[in-house]
Amino acid sequence: MAIKPEAQSKVSLERHGLTDEQLVAIFRTMLMQRTLENRGFQLNRQGKIPFASASEGHEAVQAGAAMAFERGKDILVPYYRDLGLALGIGLTPYEVLLSLFARAADHSAGRQFPHHYASRRLGLHTISSIIAAQLPHAVGAAFALHYRGEAGRTVLTTFGDGATSEGEWHESVNFAAVHKLPIVFLCENNEWAISTPLSKQMGQPDVVKRAEGYGLPGAAVDGMDPVACYAAVGAAMQRARSGRGPTLVEAKCYRFLSHTTDDDDRTYRSPDEVRARRKDDPVPCFERLLVEYAVLSAEQVEALKRGVLEETNDATDRAEAMAYPDAADLYEKVYAEGWEPWTL
Amino acid sequence: MAVVSSANSTVMNNVEAVRATLYEAMKNDERTVILGEDVGARGNVFLITKDFIGEFGERRVIDTPIAEASIVGIAVGMAMEGLRPIAEIQFADFIYPSFNQIVGEAAKIRYRSNGEYTCPLVIRTPYGGGVRGALSHSVSIEALFYHVPGLKIVAPSFPDDVKGLLNAAIDDPDPVLFLEHKKTYRLIKGEVPDGHYTIPLGKANVRKAGTQLTVVSYGLYLHWALEAAQRLQEENLSVEVIDLRSIRPMDKTAILNSVEKTRKLLIVHEDNKFGGIGAEISAMVAEEALFSLDSPIRRLCGPDVPSMGYALPLEEEFMSSPAEMADAMRAMVKF
Repeated sequence: MAIKPEAQSKVSLERHGLTDEQLVAIFRTMLMQRTLENRGFQLNRQGKIPFASASEGHEAVQAGAAMAFERGKDILVPYYRDLGLALGIGLTPYEVLLSLFARAADHSAGRQFPHHYASRRLGLHTISSIIAAQLPHAVGAAFALHYRGEAGRTVLTTFGDGATSEGEWHESVNFAAVHKLPIVFLCENNEWAISTPLSKQMGQPDVVKRAEGYGLPGAAVDGMDPVACYAAVGAAMQRARSGRGPTLVEAKCYRFLSHTTDDDDRTYRSPDEVRARRKDDPVPCFERLLVEYAVLSAEQVEALKRGVLEETNDATDRAEAMAYPDAADLYEKVYAEGWEPWTL
Repeated sequence: MAVVSSANSTVMNNVEAVRATLYEAMKNDERTVILGEDVGARGNVFLITKDFIGEFGERRVIDTPIAEASIVGIAVGMAMEGLRPIAEIQFADFIYPSFNQIVGEAAKIRYRSNGEYTCPLVIRTPYGGGVRGALSHSVSIEALFYHVPGLKIVAPSFPDDVKGLLNAAIDDPDPVLFLEHKKTYRLIKGEVPDGHYTIPLGKANVRKAGTQLTVVSYGLYLHWALEAAQRLQEENLSVEVIDLRSIRPMDKTAILNSVEKTRKLLIVHEDNKFGGIGAEISAMVAEEALFSLDSPIRRLCGPDVPSMGYALPLEEEFMSSPAEMADAMRAMVKF
């Protein structure tokens, strides 16, 4: 997970209307995602938590997409690899650590795997581990917005390339296209579904080509470029908010780590492949770009990293000190209150 | 369609009761939407939602693509964002593609988000045989979902219960699977009180009082069990028939009260015997009231084959009958 910014930036800084502050906010979200993810793996290796999952390589698409999300208005229906997206729309590092430590104060009260958030405050839907199960929910949520005539609001739903093989993915995109619903389907194509490469997932490598078949516009974007992702997702969300219907956006990124702490990617892909792809690592690439274009000085970058680490350390300490749920909580929230928890 | 039989109630059959209740729900609450295959222009294959689309519009009466997983899944998303969807699976036999959305999602939304999100959703579907429905228009599916905490399952048999329980299902804050026996749709008529009312989910109903045997049933077989019990009445044998109405939650109190009185229990259902509703009721009574029993518990259930057949002998062999039920009841009373 060491970051070695050796190669030259491959893109110039195209701002797409973003201010310096917004660019720095994107970068800080990316740093926070990577730091928190590192923390999850560290805590697992220290034996403090049983499990953590990985999103390293998804920082650009997630922080960029989050910048296009209007807090308090839009609805996010994500999957479980969306740590940066959740942070970018307002989830706090403390909430992330509560999830990692499975504490009572976690959104699911310690029931769910890490990174399976649920927050009405943030417009963040409850997350499933079942691949593509969230797609119909996102479409239903978009239908509700459309039905109530809530112009100016949209749903953003996200998934990996593997999810596009599921029937529910196709059913959902199709339904949204039929009803021209306010929704953006964002594919974070990282080329790997645990151990299964894209070549075994699809007959051709471009998810975005499926859009035409369903009758909605598609846009492909470099998922390692946060500003390009902001622009592509932002345009799609603006289109949805103004009543012009759904869009499929495919962001091509890469999964640098194993699927989770329980996976070992050396069993199915070569370390050389992963090393070669590190030249596109979005965190150091974007850092270089911001420094090159004098959005940030090297000192400011270091200060940002220090701040992110301190915040992560503080959140870790605070969350670790919190209590586990009571065993009796196992029986809560099966049904609405007032229902007997019958024990057949 | 329905005839007014008194100032306060209307005689209707089960399909009319479903229709009238859905109509009332659509009239009373703009958050209510109906989605499913052929529910719009066709008005549902049993004409339950006939003319709804004209009155309530395409946005509220939604002809979906043929995609059962997303019929339920989209309804889950609607429910999480403030609508009150009523999803229809055209025939219960078609519900399998939506299994994950019902079991893995709808039933767990409240639990996995610690109540942050909820899923007030009704899934209606016609089930059951005796209609020459063959492998894919005859099945009973309740046992497949019976095992799942977070779900409620309702299977009314009489029109007044259809209305009261469907209203309760629509009002319920959690997902409810609402099973309608299609053979009873037009076969069973009864008085239905006018106006809005609900019947609590999880409450059985003693449809016939008796002293020598408790019979627990639901669906078409409940009607046949009542018919059989009536025959036994003519032989001076007294059978109590409990209409389960809600399959889950199970009304343990009603079953145990009756068994304590009659000391014998027969469970009758159309669904396969192995691992069915009867197995759970048997186990519950064995755990709670074994020493009240004067005879072994018996189950008269569908045979453990994949389905009834299309050919008449294959359907008749699968289905029980009032005569077979009467024989089983007689044998138990005389045990």
